[in-house]
Amino acid sequence: MKYTRLIGAFMLSAAFTAPAAAQEIRFMCNDEPFCKVLDDLFTGFEAENPGVDVVTDIVSYDVVLKNLPVQLAAGEGPDMARVTDLGGLNEYYIDLAPYVDRGYWEDSFGDTLDWYRVGADDDGIYGMHGDFTITGAYINKTLFDQAGVEIPSADADWDTWAQAATAVAEATGIEAAMAMDRSGHRIAGPAISYGARIFDENGEPILVDDAFQEYVQKFVDWNNDGVMLRDVWAGAGGGSYRDAGAEFINGTLAYLFSGSWQTLNFDQKIGDLFDWQVVGSPCGAGGCSGMPGGSGIVGFKHTKHPELVAKLIDYLAQQDVYAELTSRTRSVPAHYGVAAAGVDYQDVSAPAAAALNAWGAQVEKLSPIAFAYQGYKNNRAMFNITVQRVTQAVVGEYSVDEAMERARDDLATVLAETAK
Amino acid sequence: MLKLLNPIMRLVEIPFLLVQKRLGIGMTAWLFLAPNLALFSLFTFLPIILNFSYATTGGEAILLRDRPDVGFQNFGNLLECENVLDPSSCRNDLFWRAVWNTVWFVVFQVGIMVIAALATAIVLNRKIRARGLFRGVFFFPVLLSPVVVALIWKWILQRNGLLNAGLESLGFETINWLIERHWAFFWSTFISIWAHMGFYTLILLAGLQAIPQDVYEAALMDRASPWRCFRRITLPLLSPTLLVVLVLALIKGVQTFDEIYAFTGGGPGSATTLIMQFIYETGFGVQPRLLGVAAAAAIMLAMVLIFLTALQFWINRKKVDG
Repeated sequence: MKYTRLIGAFMLSAAFTAPAAAQEIRFMCNDEPFCKVLDDLFTGFEAENPGVDVVTDIVSYDVVLKNLPVQLAAGEGPDMARVTDLGGLNEYYIDLAPYVDRGYWEDSFGDTLDWYRVGADDDGIYGMHGDFTITGAYINKTLFDQAGVEIPSADADWDTWAQAATAVAEATGIEAAMAMDRSGHRIAGPAISYGARIFDENGEPILVDDAFQEYVQKFVDWNNDGVMLRDVWAGAGGGSYRDAGAEFINGTLAYLFSGSWQTLNFDQKIGDLFDWQVVGSPCGAGGCSGMPGGSGIVGFKHTKHPELVAKLIDYLAQQDVYAELTSRTRSVPAHYGVAAAGVDYQDVSAPAAAALNAWGAQVEKLSPIAFAYQGYKNNRAMFNITVQRVTQAVVGEYSVDEAMERARDDLATVLAETAK
Repeated sequence: MLKLLNPIMRLVEIPFLLVQKRLGIGMTAWLFLAPNLALFSLFTFLPIILNFSYATTGGEAILLRDRPDVGFQNFGNLLECENVLDPSSCRNDLFWRAVWNTVWFVVFQVGIMVIAALATAIVLNRKIRARGLFRGVFFFPVLLSPVVVALIWKWILQRNGLLNAGLESLGFETINWLIERHWAFFWSTFISIWAHMGFYTLILLAGLQAIPQDVYEAALMDRASPWRCFRRITLPLLSPTLLVVLVLALIKGVQTFDEIYAFTGGGPGSATTLIMQFIYETGFGVQPRLLGVAAAAAIMLAMVLIFLTALQFWINRKKVDG
């Protein structure tokens, strides 16, 4: 009887609580600090929409990169996610256009909406660009000061930076002068600054041209000369991502080529251990471009609650909510209205505030090629090819010429397979 | 107890007897096999058939209906080579690099591991002090997860790891073990031996203990040297066990993936990329996901494993037949 009563009570409570959990939205997110802010913002949406429960699943970046596409292809996965392969997953996105104010979205997000589309004819609204990122460099200013080496000017080229960083490394006895994240996205900016076109005159991808190869040759030489920290690129295989943020935080690097998303991480972990600053992208014949990027929040077609998912994304896209997201995550806004109004970064340290302003100033230096590359649907495959083949050149499996020839063949294979 | 069970068993027997009466003995056997066959078909036969289907289709779609038929093109592309000994001359150089890495890995890993396991088993078979403890010590790594094995050794071997710290404190020059191709391959082989040797040691130890002691006693009475005893008694009588160990280790060696993947990621470059990693990365790891190529490579790998398994069956049968 006792158990019958208990079961009865449980069923009764379940019956009353069932409607509250009837509309659950699962959100897959990587980058814990960012996800926690989003999760916090979701509570506002939940308050406005009783009965809706937004569950944030925080996962590693690899899960978003490797597992999510497989889940989506099988018709499974979360209702919405924070993704970085913006155009590559287009076929799975809900078109938000029927549910949102197109004018507001076009005015607020403009060009970044194209990154989620496929082709010029596509005018769908698929995702809210949550944070605008730019690749570029950080320096350990304390090490420069200790070494008595002058910081190169804003228009300095890679050779100048390599010389300066090497001088710092020699004077201070640190492990290596420079490092670059092991990523095809990261090396693309410098190659474009060297004049790489990435696409031919018809807009078809070519990836490797003389300028691209020229930069790769320099990069490989720096790895072999010990100017670049060899562990980052040579220390992994395949297309694995690896960054050198830990080495920079440990004060063993003078120069790190990474991106604006590291600002929050560095602000929290470096604290007042040493002075650091953003120096953007070195220059070359093609300009001083980094690569734009960032993550976007998208909803997936297989969700049982498309309207609700669209409503939630639209809620995040509203200027006040977006401004709070940008401020609390210390990111660069992709929302024109928020950017124009200026972001009041909360509790931000002086170096982080300076860094965020410096990243903002880099936006105008971005090359149109970099924007086009970021928006190209097969860019992820091209980044992987770059990482794989450049690493083979770094470790001596191929010469740079051979590696770049292989990269061309790989691209041809990719284009043939994706066209099937 | 049996008296109590008997009536119950008779009750259980009734429906089976009825079924047997209706279907006959042969069909009843199939009835009992049916659940297992259904599960086996679902989780083994069906994936094999699907794998063949993927191997003969192209594109990056995951659903078979969306994938165009390409015949044996995936196999052809993988096998297209001017000289298979030189991966650079092959159309899919990464496949051949993985194949040769796997071949060398298996040769060194299995060869050294079987010899080391045999030596260890012989020592542990003697009446040494703390024999039980040593048996545990050698078997302990087998209990560890491959990822744990990889992480432990990564901490030891990385640039600022334990080994380099030790070398530095002794005044030696440090080496970046995981960045140099040959060192990375050496350590990958070493940790794999370290992680698996205990298992094979245990099998060989059981084989050694099955050798009758009186044979050794007779040899000692004839003043046979220890080396002669080993060559003329231990090795011949242990050879069936040794062969089983060899074939098992070969199969396991070809299938190696997780610990090396977690240890080096297949790098530097492709220096420690084994065939299983190639299949994983081609099919699932990087974009575009070339499931057809991965499936074709998996079929080729399966052929090698079927050959090795057949070899093991043949050896076992030979052993049984005496």
